Amino acid sequence: MTRFVVRRLIGMVAVLFAVSVIVFVVFMVLPKQNPAQSLAGKNSTPLLVKNIEAEWGFDDPLPQQYLTMMKKVFNGELTSYEPRIPVDDKIVEGIPATFSLTIGAAVIWLFFGLLLGYLSAIKAGGWLDRLLTGVSIAGISIPVFLLAPVLIYLFANQLGIFPNGQYVPFGDDPWEWAKHLILPWFTLAAISIGFYSRVVRSNMLDVMNEDYVRTARAKGLSERKVMTRHVLRNSLIPVVTLFGLDFGATIAGTAIITEAIYDIDGVGLYAAEAVEKFELPPIMGVTLYGAFFVVLMNTLVDLFYAYLDPRVRLGESASE
Amino acid sequence: MSPPPLLSVRDLRVGFATEDGVVQAVDGVSFELGPGEVLAIVGESGSGKSVTAQTLMGLTRAKNARIEGSVELGETDLLEAGDAEMRRLRGDRIGMVFQDPMTSFNPVYKLGDQIVEAIRAHRPGTSKEQGRVRAVELFEAVGIPNAERRIDDYPHEFSGGMRQRAMIAMALALEPEVLIADEPTTALDVTIQSQILRLLEQLNRERNLATILITHDLGVVAEVADRVLVMYAGKVVEQGTLDEIFYDPQHPYTWGLMGSLTRIDRPRPHRLPQIAGQPPSLLDLPEGCPFRPRCPHEFSKCPQYPPLDAKLPESPGHCDRCWLSPEEKRDKRMVEGQIGLEAPRA
Amino acid sequence: MPNEPSAERGPWSLALRRFLRNRLAVAFLGVFVLIVLFVLAAPLWAEHVAETGPNEEHIVEQITVDGEKRDVVTVEGIPIGPQWFGADGKFFLGADGRLGRDEMVRLMYGGRISLLVAISAALISTMLAVVLGLLAGYFRGWVDTVIARTLDAIWSLPVFLIALSVGVALATGGFKLGPLELSGGSLWIPIGIISIFTVPYIARPIRGQVLALSEKEFVEAAIAQGAGPLRVMFGEILPNLASTIIVFFTLMIANAMIFEAGLSFLGAGVQPPNSSWGAMITTGVELLKVQPLLAIIPGAMIMLTVLSLNIVGDALRDALDPRGKQRMDAALQFEAQAGIAGTEGGAVI
Repeated sequence: MTRFVVRRLIGMVAVLFAVSVIVFVVFMVLPKQNPAQSLAGKNSTPLLVKNIEAEWGFDDPLPQQYLTMMKKVFNGELTSYEPRIPVDDKIVEGIPATFSLTIGAAVIWLFFGLLLGYLSAIKAGGWLDRLLTGVSIAGISIPVFLLAPVLIYLFANQLGIFPNGQYVPFGDDPWEWAKHLILPWFTLAAISIGFYSRVVRSNMLDVMNEDYVRTARAKGLSERKVMTRHVLRNSLIPVVTLFGLDFGATIAGTAIITEAIYDIDGVGLYAAEAVEKFELPPIMGVTLYGAFFVVLMNTLVDLFYAYLDPRVRLGESASE
Repeated sequence: MSPPPLLSVRDLRVGFATEDGVVQAVDGVSFELGPGEVLAIVGESGSGKSVTAQTLMGLTRAKNARIEGSVELGETDLLEAGDAEMRRLRGDRIGMVFQDPMTSFNPVYKLGDQIVEAIRAHRPGTSKEQGRVRAVELFEAVGIPNAERRIDDYPHEFSGGMRQRAMIAMALALEPEVLIADEPTTALDVTIQSQILRLLEQLNRERNLATILITHDLGVVAEVADRVLVMYAGKVVEQGTLDEIFYDPQHPYTWGLMGSLTRIDRPRPHRLPQIAGQPPSLLDLPEGCPFRPRCPHEFSKCPQYPPLDAKLPESPGHCDRCWLSPEEKRDKRMVEGQIGLEAPRA
Repeated sequence: MPNEPSAERGPWSLALRRFLRNRLAVAFLGVFVLIVLFVLAAPLWAEHVAETGPNEEHIVEQITVDGEKRDVVTVEGIPIGPQWFGADGKFFLGADGRLGRDEMVRLMYGGRISLLVAISAALISTMLAVVLGLLAGYFRGWVDTVIARTLDAIWSLPVFLIALSVGVALATGGFKLGPLELSGGSLWIPIGIISIFTVPYIARPIRGQVLALSEKEFVEAAIAQGAGPLRVMFGEILPNLASTIIVFFTLMIANAMIFEAGLSFLGAGVQPPNSSWGAMITTGVELLKVQPLLAIIPGAMIMLTVLSLNIVGDALRDALDPRGKQRMDAALQFEAQAGIAGTEGGAVI
């Protein structure tokens, strides 16, 4: 087990290193424009560009430039230049909103995804199954940038039941916090609800054919126990992996669009605004932050997976 | 002199509606089983032997299944029993051991916990500790060393033979009256096979268990069975005591099964005999005797369906479903000095 | 294969017949064809009906609707809503915002870009994936290790964020690698980004299939006859991948379209003066209170396209593989992967 953990942690560091190199290459090497010019932003003075050039050492050899960049990242010296705002401050500021959005959405999508998938599987072939399959296909096919406007238009603008977004910190008013987040939560969760219910359904149908399910029935367990303790439990193992990856990826990706449309003051909105203004330092920062979460979640998932499936834990196959 | 039957199956018929028509998987199977008796049901895959066993357990109940006949366990008719009642019986009065111990345990739970789960499903008052104590006893009873420690192992930490022992332990957890073992040794190494058979035999004697042994291997039958039922295409083609079947087999299909047995006490025949052809599709059975297309002794009467009759006055319990007379059979079944089915005419 | 042409036609026409039996899929194939025709008709509509181009501004103009004069954009900067045929087809869907451009014309031209980017990206991504999958699956050993590990690595990255970074960095600075030079507004930038980041989703299953196929007798026979690696890979194995490639290519267009829309929505994809459905939603969202259709219509177009491609792809898979099981697994795996990609902005934002 210790070896397993150590191996995963080394892998995690390796991926983070790879991401940092990619970020470096993408921002400093690939563009044909002078990177200092790009970093400074659209409306920068020649003086600022000169300063940045010196600050980042763009005359140095590439490995040295990479080290300079990483030093800045680790010392929290990455800043946007117009105006000069430290990137890590903004990221830290945005985390509560982003986490409120993504964790809430994840709870919703897991709950409904599992519920719909479970119902679909135990009624496989019946009308409920067909109905739920239709619902999940619709869910999968609705992109965030359609669902969000529709929900805002219907529930905020027309019916006025929910506010059209924005973020109220939980500490200020938990009720308003939830009320403001409910549309974004469902927007962000919709696709995953559809997707997870299909995955859970098909996993469960596979597991139902397993010999040990027949054994469970032969023991005289109730159908509900057979379905929950044996079928559902075992079909969740692959879902855990999926969830870990998706959750990390949601923090580091999808949430951006949702935050932008609902005007939620999180890391994603910060990134979206930076993209709009073509401000590179915040995007570099957010990418590295996102990578950290994706990789962290991947690692946690691997460890949790090992906990769920004893065969992995003891190093017997199953890892691939 | 024979004890009153514990389990009595009368004219059991199990059919499944499929897109291509009704598959009559079991077609008129009857037998009785007393305490302490071992009945072997023998046949190839698709002969209906496993469906018979699973129907006794109520595991074939499905929307598309049509089950007829009667299965009485003591006073209870299992086919009439509701799903809830059947569930209470399963595992409690009838235990079942499956073919592949690798896949028949849930890989994510400890073996001990899976046994405790079975106990608590039927005796809700049992505490986890009591269940655990019982699981250890059971592990010891089936000969698993270090039982106290090993009940906390996961299935994949056990070898195949040990896993099958654990499976037997689980089937016995609630002291069932009937034990159904569905191909219990097929997935195991030869040396382990006989150990497991020994164990089943011992448990059967010690606990006066009525045992149904489902197998395709007559060698397994020879080791433990009291009585034998040979099935083909969902029908019983021959039944009798172990001796009757082994020393005086009446149905050509049984000869074929016997011929394909490798016997160390006889010289090896030139060609290892086997039954030609494939078992018939249950959707498209030949008219009359279902074994007809594969039988080298087919003659004019075979297109009529033969009844299951006792043909030999000295053994009234020995029945078979073949039109040949006992004299013809005794003549035809000898191939190269031993019982077998001669190779089909090319 | 060339020596048995009749046997070759058999399975394909059989598959076609199976596909045609799936009414839903045929209907959605029709929808997709209509969408393509719709965007192809852009110049016709622009010239003969709307009488304006996608980037022509009408800030201070007025149009006559049912004999009544109306501002295209009000003094407060609010664009006119859908006129349908009230103004002879002008501003059929209203104006797109402050600049007063014809929304319908922009929708048609934007759709061209969306489809162009999606199809090109899917094409490149599929070709790269097939080559990588063939190399990895055929040569195995270290070639396979390098390719498979790289694909895994791409997978464990925050793909959407990195794509976003690349999009912004290249949109600001252009692209220069050796002789290849692109300006910041080039469509090749989003196409390239999308195709590279979606390669793993096709390459992995292809690799698996190549691994299985290269064990088959016909491959061994070809090698025994002295066929070189190229001939075996492209002459023997590739034809057997055809149905998988067709299915994945269809699904990949849908994925690429959503990927592009996500990037463009944030401003890191298609750059002005080009526009795409994703980019149009950006302006639409700003005006959601006054003209909700400006966001909803391009969004609905994306959904309709994606939905029809997914349904057609699904049906193709069923039609091309009657036994189903094998490729169903591959496809489910693909969906699973796409789902991961999706939450990273690829498949299913």
